[in-house]
Amino acid sequence: MATRQGQALGRLALAPSVAVLAIWAFVPLALAIYYAFLHYNLQDPDNTFYAGWSNFYYFVTDPFFARDLVNTIALVVLILVITVVGGVLLALLLDRPFWGRGIVRVLIISPFFIMPTVSALVWKNLMMHPVYGLLAQVWRDFGLKPLDWFASIPLFSVGIVVGWQWLPFATLILLTAMQSLDEEQKEASQLDGADPISYFFYIVLPHLSRAITVVILIETIFLLNVFAEIKVTSVGGFAGNLTYLVFSQLNDANDVGAAAAGGLIAVVLANIVAMFLVRLIGRNLEA
Amino acid sequence: MARRTTLRQKSLTTILAWAIGLAIFFPILWTAMAAFKSEANAYTMPQDWWSTPWTLENFSIVQERSNYLRYVFNTTVISIASTLLGLAIAVPAAWSMAFQPEERATVSWPGYVWLIIILGSFAAAGAIAYSVGWGMADRPLLGLALILLFGVPITAWVWTRRTGDTLLWMLSTKMMPPAGALIPIYLIFNRNGLIFKDWGPIDLREWNLIDTFTGMIPLMMLLNLPIIIWMLYTYFKEIPYEILEAARMDGAGLFKELWNVLAPMAVPGIASTILLNVILAWNEAFWTLNLTNKYAAPLSFFISEYSSPEGQFWAKLSAASLMAIAPIMVLGWFSQKQLVRGLTFGAVK
Repeated sequence: MATRQGQALGRLALAPSVAVLAIWAFVPLALAIYYAFLHYNLQDPDNTFYAGWSNFYYFVTDPFFARDLVNTIALVVLILVITVVGGVLLALLLDRPFWGRGIVRVLIISPFFIMPTVSALVWKNLMMHPVYGLLAQVWRDFGLKPLDWFASIPLFSVGIVVGWQWLPFATLILLTAMQSLDEEQKEASQLDGADPISYFFYIVLPHLSRAITVVILIETIFLLNVFAEIKVTSVGGFAGNLTYLVFSQLNDANDVGAAAAGGLIAVVLANIVAMFLVRLIGRNLEA
Repeated sequence: MARRTTLRQKSLTTILAWAIGLAIFFPILWTAMAAFKSEANAYTMPQDWWSTPWTLENFSIVQERSNYLRYVFNTTVISIASTLLGLAIAVPAAWSMAFQPEERATVSWPGYVWLIIILGSFAAAGAIAYSVGWGMADRPLLGLALILLFGVPITAWVWTRRTGDTLLWMLSTKMMPPAGALIPIYLIFNRNGLIFKDWGPIDLREWNLIDTFTGMIPLMMLLNLPIIIWMLYTYFKEIPYEILEAARMDGAGLFKELWNVLAPMAVPGIASTILLNVILAWNEAFWTLNLTNKYAAPLSFFISEYSSPEGQFWAKLSAASLMAIAPIMVLGWFSQKQLVRGLTFGAVK
């Protein structure tokens, strides 16, 4: 096994990463806790004093907080529904043999590599514009009144844009999981005369359940932080999430204390999800 | 039974799959087409998408008006430099965890002792800060000492865990929401930050990392470091240990073992890691929108500038977007496998 010399070198080699990540993880956290108890406005930096819990009280009783908390959760749930349901269906489809599989796969995963600001603006303007957008034209073709997506249903529209970006991620993971489905199990179920629907519900879905859990947890962690799409489509004022609210506390109100308090609330929220994910990953590391 | 699929079934699947694939890809295709239309024709695309003339003018106008290439340069520098910097730190760490793992914690204190130490140091730091009136503006050294009091015990705990737990902790730093770190990082970057005053011998009033490469590159490195370490670790794990043992039997020293045996086998894994992390850094849009505005601003920031005059410059927006996404999308097509590996942290095999 490992030599003594190697073991010592190993500890040394690990040190920079641990140190750098510890600084990254704990210094901002310590400062955030400090600022959260401080009355500190960038407009008036000289009038800075200990504020007790008032920043938390102020942030939580802000009428925007309740709305944005609901928005945050609604957005995550909406996108999860889009990506998980869509991802399972797409994975089922891509798992079947057809001509041009490689190309279709490439087409489907492409949205994941589009930078968030581009996809937000392309969807807002070229696709969802109430007059010149492609969807407006489709609506007119069907004799309907075009929808002003980002004005009338902003949260849903953001959900579609972000869902479009994350659908490839879910599809790819579920497809990977699908391909590990035992070929013999497939054949056995067909010999037993299982129809496609019960085959899906009794064989495929249980097999995918673990991958679905992983998709849900990882996406939730990233989706709690949706920001660029909300900012560049300028819907933050009526359909912002918690991340956006923290940003606007800093950017518009210049209130460092309240923003830090809000940031800590976001940390707690994310940690609840992260705890489940870390357990799941940890169990897999052992195996 | 895949082999007995009828031709009819296969044709139907083909049609359906292509229809869905094209539908999902459509916004990108639409952007690519609008990029080659004149500004006026970009608005009438839904009706006259094919009949209106094609043009290349948007690309030159975007470059002329806003020095587009500068943003390309910034993005390239930030994403590649941060990835390489991360690699320099992560390769030794991944090697250490894959080949010299600690089977058990190096300090075998029971959990409750650690818990008391860590919570106690938190409480002590808080109590000291509270007792001096919470203000740290004129007490930078005390502030630093309190951060150490806060951070050192918990870092020591992380540092002495067995390898599996250290790795998990590293991954968990990727799960920290940026909203939580935004305020401290913004204030550390910005000279307006409370701690960056004129404190005696060192005057930090002119300190500024906002919109600089010196700020963005290390920050981007930190954002992706957990993923870099994790990916390298999984690739290194796949290198069979017997090869190292064979090299040792043949009398290879540690250096020879690293350089002549391990390094060549690690190259493909390192290349894949670079690929995925350049993509992730290229597309990052939370910190770039918050911490850059001109000199070190990458493409994600540049594109966001098109949001202000609502719907005025579609053709230019499309041209700029196309150039920003095309190279990275092509890279992305080659990184499908790495994507699953890098972003699921091994939870799906």
